[in-house]
Amino acid sequence: MREVAILGTGMTRFGIWEKKTNTELFAEAALDAIAASGLEPRDMQALFFGNCLGDFEEGQLHMAPFAHSAIGLPVSAPAQRFESACATATVAIRQAALLVAAGVYDVVLAGGTEKANSMGTPLATRTFAMACHAQTETPTGLTFPGVFAMAAHTYSSKYNIPLPELKRDMAEVAVKNHFHGAKNPKAQFQKEITAEMVLGGFMVADPLQLLDCCPFSDGAAAVVITDMKRAKELVAKPVAIAGTGQASGGPLAKQKDLTVVRARVETSRAAFAQAGLTPADVDVIELHDCFTIAEILALEAIGFYGFGEAHGAAARGETRLGGKGPVVNPSGGLKAKGHPIGATGAAQIVEIVEQLREEAGARQVQGAKVGYVDTLGGDFGTVCNIILRRG
Amino acid sequence: MEAVLSFEAYQEGLAAGRLLGLYCRDCGKTTAIPQAVCQECGSRALETRELEPKGILQTFTVVRVPPEGMEPPYIVAMAELSCGAWVTGNVVGMDPDKAGMDLIGKEVAVGARVVKGDKYAMGDLKVLAFTVV
Ligand SMILES: [Zn+2]
Repeated sequence: MREVAILGTGMTRFGIWEKKTNTELFAEAALDAIAASGLEPRDMQALFFGNCLGDFEEGQLHMAPFAHSAIGLPVSAPAQRFESACATATVAIRQAALLVAAGVYDVVLAGGTEKANSMGTPLATRTFAMACHAQTETPTGLTFPGVFAMAAHTYSSKYNIPLPELKRDMAEVAVKNHFHGAKNPKAQFQKEITAEMVLGGFMVADPLQLLDCCPFSDGAAAVVITDMKRAKELVAKPVAIAGTGQASGGPLAKQKDLTVVRARVETSRAAFAQAGLTPADVDVIELHDCFTIAEILALEAIGFYGFGEAHGAAARGETRLGGKGPVVNPSGGLKAKGHPIGATGAAQIVEIVEQLREEAGARQVQGAKVGYVDTLGGDFGTVCNIILRRG
Repeated sequence: MEAVLSFEAYQEGLAAGRLLGLYCRDCGKTTAIPQAVCQECGSRALETRELEPKGILQTFTVVRVPPEGMEPPYIVAMAELSCGAWVTGNVVGMDPDKAGMDLIGKEVAVGARVVKGDKYAMGDLKVLAFTVV
């Protein structure tokens, strides 16, 4: 297998793009990524394209070939759509990396686009709930905040942490990620918040309040993937894909204890083994903080903290820029940067690549050499992780 | 190979007041949602059994921002049945605004209710309804 690298990256600002189409958003991100790679669209041998809900957003199924033509890829380059709920783009990028490693392709464009905000909250909530089990979960009226709310209640009960105490720790996750997002010109929310604001918000799904939740977002992100030998010829600072993993869950009834996401435990174990690294080697993390409790669960399952021990990490300042631990979600995370689900994983990769190239400006984690990307799809149905390091 | 317990037969069971599940002759565990294989060990050596409609509530939430077409607030919960399998459903027969952490660990009776399907659903479906005993 060949060593694989990320060349150029691109992303739109995340937020509200009511007047732009999905393929317009994707073209902005993709053409920036190709230009930053020192390449032309004609050099792309395949497009691995993430989009979850284009049929609901704009009545557009089979968007990949239209994204392909929008950026002028050669007819010979297949355009393939990926859908793994919120982990969509990470899965697309991982598949691209695997095929480049295997020598099937030399240069692949991968990423995604979504216009979740433009659907409005009722339809967006309905369509997101389609990623729950349609036979046993969705008809109960379960929502994504609801899934993580149940996990939060279990966390409180299992580890004997009074709910008000846990909620304050959760609020500090949102405060930290907004603190980071305020430094990111691509973030949907570039504004700091306080724990009091989080704890004063309206209840979405007990115990999650408005600011415990990431927003619905529009936006796109893309990266160009090639082998390390070619990457070194093309760009000054290639970033290596050191290890990847992906695993699958199932209905919640099978998963049972929602505080221990078994698919994530398997995924991170595989990624670390491939990279020959451990959690102690990681300097910067972009992980799936779709809800404040989600960041806590991810830190534990990946192995940065023991189970039941990550809830106070943000409150203690460990995961904040300048903190003692690996910095978590310097981009602002899904919480502040936004969460256009088909693009989210690609944007996480974009952030880590900028960090490892020391191009992250006010968000720079000093001396970052190893970065970790964690993306979760559905109600713990898919987890995909990618470890990056300086090339 | 056709599944031992189809989704249709499971739904018909609920309509008749019977909670059907799958007992695994290989690992001795029970799966309480209709699947082609045991959710604990993957075995196909399954037999349909009527499950005791009793369990312990493990976690819950009160949904206040619903998908379109649903009327909030309502309680969604997970319970561990007396056979050991877990299920997802709604807590009924109580005011959602009174739902608190003391619900966790409570014994529940497991019945079913009909949820009207919207244009995306495969039709009207029976879902599990938990009543605190
Ligand atoms: Zn079994």
